[in-house]
Amino acid sequence: MPDSSLDMDTAGIHTEPMLLNMGPSHPAMHGTVRMILTLDGETVIKCDAEIGYLHRGFEKECENATWTQVFPYTDRLNYVSPLLNNFGFALAVEKLLGIEATPRCNYIRTIMGEISRIGDHLTCLGAGSLELGGFSGFLYAVEAREHLYDLIEEVTGARLTVSYGRVGGLKTDLTEDFAARWAFARERVMRIWEDINKLLTRNRIFLDRMEGTGVISQADAISYGLTGPMLRSTGVDYDVRKDHPYFAYGDVDFDVPVGTHGDNFDRYQVRLEEIKQSMRIIDQALARLPDGPINVDDPRVVLPEKERVYNSIEGMINHFKLVFEGIQVPAGEVYSYTEGGNGELGFYVVSNGTGKPWKVGIRSPSFYNMCPIHKFVEGGMIADIIPTFDGINMIGGEIDR
Amino acid sequence: MSASDIKRLVRKFKNDIVDSSERLGMDTALVKKDNIVEIVQFLKDDDKLAYNMLRHLTCVDYLHREPRFEVIYVLYSTTNKQQVVLKAMINADDTTIDSISHLYGSANWAEREVWDMYGIKFNHHPNMRRILLYEEFEGHPLRKDYDKQTSQPRVQLLRQERDAFEEFKTYHVGESAEGSRS
Repeated sequence: MPDSSLDMDTAGIHTEPMLLNMGPSHPAMHGTVRMILTLDGETVIKCDAEIGYLHRGFEKECENATWTQVFPYTDRLNYVSPLLNNFGFALAVEKLLGIEATPRCNYIRTIMGEISRIGDHLTCLGAGSLELGGFSGFLYAVEAREHLYDLIEEVTGARLTVSYGRVGGLKTDLTEDFAARWAFARERVMRIWEDINKLLTRNRIFLDRMEGTGVISQADAISYGLTGPMLRSTGVDYDVRKDHPYFAYGDVDFDVPVGTHGDNFDRYQVRLEEIKQSMRIIDQALARLPDGPINVDDPRVVLPEKERVYNSIEGMINHFKLVFEGIQVPAGEVYSYTEGGNGELGFYVVSNGTGKPWKVGIRSPSFYNMCPIHKFVEGGMIADIIPTFDGINMIGGEIDR
Repeated sequence: MSASDIKRLVRKFKNDIVDSSERLGMDTALVKKDNIVEIVQFLKDDDKLAYNMLRHLTCVDYLHREPRFEVIYVLYSTTNKQQVVLKAMINADDTTIDSISHLYGSANWAEREVWDMYGIKFNHHPNMRRILLYEEFEGHPLRKDYDKQTSQPRVQLLRQERDAFEEFKTYHVGESAEGSRS
């Protein structure tokens, strides 16, 4: 019995837990986060995460800017889906102002937001494949994302830092040929989606790494305030778009995919399915896109037409006042929430009745999704941290603000 | 939160709830800080209310006003799809409040962030350290009397190892992993 004698020998050996410092600059710690791991062999027995390496004082900066000047800052929160942040903040300020965006604006926000969400999910899936050794999955996903970025660039003029949202409307309307461009991009993205699906979903290696790793129970997920694909993978069908519809989400038909096990593979599948659902939303919203103005008809909020600014004194004063003093938002506070790429993106905004926010508090989904990191990885193997951390899809800009 | 639920809450904690309002679709209760844990526990454990998720926890600094701070709790029920906001009043001379991190996991980091940014100390929190900033940081930057351009003293490197590994070395094989600092 050579095996049992081996066991007896090793049982007597004195072992000590090992400390391993993972990050903050580590190829798999996208962005900057540091994990201090206590290891017993290859098993993680304790994990402590340190965040804050990308802190730029977002909230402090917002308090010193006018309401409109906050938009470029929101681009830099979740920089993978900046449009969703823009619209989320616009919605919060509109709630305080008591105005409602025009129907066309709501539809465009829905369409552009969903394009951003597809890009966000594709990045997460692609990076997940890359980190598990499947480089081609990443290249496919980035190619698909490129088609979407082309669309975004066409409409907003920028690929990443778009600043497309405005209080009470949008920067510009969709381009004339947007529907045709979407049809072009959709067909290619869909084909790539099929490729990724074929490449990964039933791949033996991928399954071994994803199934049963990074598990969290439903009760823990709710207690830790997980939202988005993370929460839905545990079987809770909470989706802000469905439960508290905003923009045009109440008018379109879509499903909320949920998982059962709350492991990495369920998160992967939820994201994969959500890409398809987002496409459904965009198709329906484009088909029903109403005509009309994109900005509300309210000179207190929306900049006047350039024609009026240059040719009339009232228009010029209006423009000057809005740019220099900012939109005068009535005093009050509101917690406004939308569905971001990674979960519920909330803005707790407080106004004291001036042109600058008194407080812009952000509920960033990554922050709450990262909080139970020790629940995900403790007890598992060190290699499982990589797919788990990717499934959380932590975005440095959002978590550290 | 329906009106009858608000009434129930106000009746149960009539000495603690100063004001309740419904504005911009947000049900809000302004509460004294002393019994915040009991109030949150009631909202969480009551079968009908079942506010099982702490959506957000933050703080607002109203500089020239007493109570100066308000700690904001945004609670949500995933079964009833209802939301309620609690605002706990904190005076400038006693910036402490009891922690609710034993009720909601999400309160753990959120309370640390409020401590980091506003200097509100949460009693009985398992790990009341700064979260986004570094330990040597002086002041609490989101307080309104903290100037945006304030410069920080240079940190003496290697004077002390803040994250000294010794701190973690107390672990023994076979112990449960509970007690992680995260």
